[in-house]
Amino acid sequence: MTLDSKIPSGPIEKKWDSHRFNMKLVNPSNRRKYTVIMVGTGLAGASAAASLGELGYNVLAFSYHESPRRAHSIAAQGGINAPKNYSNDGDSIWRLFYDTVKGGDYRAREANVYRLAQVSGNIIDQCVAQGVPFARDYAGYLDNRSFGGAQVSRTFYARGQTGQQLLLGAYSALSRQINAGTVKFFPRREMLDLVIVDGQARGIICRDLVTGKIETYAANAVVLATGGYANTFYLSTMAKASNATAIWRAYKKGAAFANPCFTQIHPTCIPQGGPYQSKLTLMSESLRNDGRIWVPKKKGETRKPQDIPEEDRDYYLERLYPSFGNLVPRDVASRRAKEMCDKGFGVGATGLAVYLDFADPIKRLGKHVIEERYGNLFDMYHEITAEDPYKSPMRIYPAVHYAMGGLWVDYNLMSTIPGLFVAGEANFSDHGANRLGASALMQGLADGYFILPYTLGDYLASTKFAPVKMDDAPFKEAQSGIEDMIKTLMSINGKKTVEEFHRELGKVMWECVGMGRNKARLQKALQEIPKIRDEFWNNVKIVGAANDLNAELERAGRVADFLELGELLSLDALHREESCGGHFREEYQTEEGEALRNDKKFAYVAAWEFAGVGKKPILNKEPLEFEYVKPSQRSYK
Amino acid sequence: MRVFHDSDTIVAEPWRTKAFPILKDLIVDRTSLDRIMAAGGYISAKTGGVPEANSIPVPKHDAEESMDAAACIGCGACVAACPNSSAMLFVAAKVSQFALLPQGKIERKERVLRMVEQMDKEGFGNCSNNYACEAECPKKITVTHIARLNREFIRAELT
Repeated sequence: MTLDSKIPSGPIEKKWDSHRFNMKLVNPSNRRKYTVIMVGTGLAGASAAASLGELGYNVLAFSYHESPRRAHSIAAQGGINAPKNYSNDGDSIWRLFYDTVKGGDYRAREANVYRLAQVSGNIIDQCVAQGVPFARDYAGYLDNRSFGGAQVSRTFYARGQTGQQLLLGAYSALSRQINAGTVKFFPRREMLDLVIVDGQARGIICRDLVTGKIETYAANAVVLATGGYANTFYLSTMAKASNATAIWRAYKKGAAFANPCFTQIHPTCIPQGGPYQSKLTLMSESLRNDGRIWVPKKKGETRKPQDIPEEDRDYYLERLYPSFGNLVPRDVASRRAKEMCDKGFGVGATGLAVYLDFADPIKRLGKHVIEERYGNLFDMYHEITAEDPYKSPMRIYPAVHYAMGGLWVDYNLMSTIPGLFVAGEANFSDHGANRLGASALMQGLADGYFILPYTLGDYLASTKFAPVKMDDAPFKEAQSGIEDMIKTLMSINGKKTVEEFHRELGKVMWECVGMGRNKARLQKALQEIPKIRDEFWNNVKIVGAANDLNAELERAGRVADFLELGELLSLDALHREESCGGHFREEYQTEEGEALRNDKKFAYVAAWEFAGVGKKPILNKEPLEFEYVKPSQRSYK
Repeated sequence: MRVFHDSDTIVAEPWRTKAFPILKDLIVDRTSLDRIMAAGGYISAKTGGVPEANSIPVPKHDAEESMDAAACIGCGACVAACPNSSAMLFVAAKVSQFALLPQGKIERKERVLRMVEQMDKEGFGNCSNNYACEAECPKKITVTHIARLNREFIRAELT
């Protein structure tokens, strides 16, 4: 496999402009002759489908949800970045580019990141025109805030529900195209395979989740905008339905999977209440601005937190990091919390939580100030745990919440399979080893509104397409392959539920491939995961029927894929003998416990090529060059 | 569902309304709400051809009220709670969000007429001021938006 990133030549600030000029165009009257399949209609998918529909292409959009409104993009709270410099604090495209490359710990492609920063301003224009009610000041202009440790205020927000508002904006635009007939929307369809004809992605195999019917659809190009794979860890802040099946099946058809080990962990999530809890909830990390994190000094402490006197508390972050205290970066705060719990100091019923205490700031500033700052988060915590955080400390624990890795794409967002494009969290493109706050929404919409509509057109205009029919061999083979897989799954009739296997996988992933990774534990994961997978294929029980609405069967297919993806994730983590961004290898750290990169050996994108289930995938490397932002070591001391 | 005693009886049922056909067990088909959206729940702004964001100032009060309405997640609880199976809180939230913004005022007439027409076509009932929708709404959308929907509708009909 050769990885050609297709980065245009010329100075970085001119690359996208000159590329746009050089790309081929499709004549407006010819566009309706091209069909594009859009899998997923979250931020990236809905915005891309709407924009392509508007250009005049014939778009078929698929979602396993009932409505595009249900996509997990809706859950993003904080905001969306754009270097508008409305705050007059020295922001610029260049600064956002610089911050993103540095924040990604020098594992992202400079040209892609620069383009992202460049188009991000247009996203805000677009969203405002669509009626997204961003926060405003008293003059009626858009308000900005500083987010995720950025030194400038460049984050646009809509209360604590920016993701929801941007998704609804894209959904509105999509609805308009559905009404106009340029986009046909297929709800409750799950893509189960990619169809490749003569080396080009030409269609998909779907299951109608209501009737169970296996359907085939053909097109000139296929776009996957199906989100990230954080649910490999079982417990994450992702929606339960979020899965990796579309990108995984594409990987098995030949698309390279890049940097799977780059996953991000968020330190302030509401902890698991018991073993049967199946998802976690994220709370904005702004809570750490005032809250103090602590655990009891005594193992197995039974007193209520309010009754534990000061001298019996360990404010471990303040103790270990006197200058940064509770505001150490996400990964450091997360690792220390887990360490405390592993040593037996954890609190709550499961012992997997630490306290986040607001008693001091409430005493110092008054309850009303805390209420003003964090009221909605306190309410959310109260609703979920039935505990009042104004009276007793919150319990928090880290959780997986974003995947920087994904299918490898070139500058045009095309994967290693011609005609297969990947957008949003599903691709690996812009965040390197670590994503900055308020950048996920930015990337999803940049891909959908302003990049794919150009690059996809270029592909269509410059490619020759042979006519395809649904009864051509590649379609028939892919369809019968999926039908066989479903038949096999239904016929196992074992003793364990799908959920039990997912939980088992999640336990291994979290223990061995979670926050702190090391060689021994990663090797253990590589031994354990295939065992769970083997047992799954021999002992899973799926109730219900295949030709009916069957949530168990849906989950089974997704978990089967997680059981393979988890292995690749572990393998990638094992091979990357350095710490960078969200990937922390305990063997590679500075004396202060900071991530220690190895730029000489690992300044590359690891793009894995499928070689068969249980067989070692082939590693392809795309070297990363840093012409404009010179790598440096981050420091929080 | 949060507060109950041991051995209490909890009744779970699918959201009952003709416009949400039952698919299976507790799962209903709420795509009727999507069809209302497709009928007019948008501002017809094309990708790309839009002015700089700050060239459209919006009074803070209007932006806040628009945001109150935009909080609607389209879950359909309002419809299920309503004795008339009315979707007016949902439609009102969408109409309100756009009608309050300068960008949305241009198409306000066509929007409200088309959305209400589709709402009726889908078999949703009308509002008779029970306020059950407001009580159930997880996003705290208030019935004052229904009053605005009615005003928008009358205005569009008469002018």
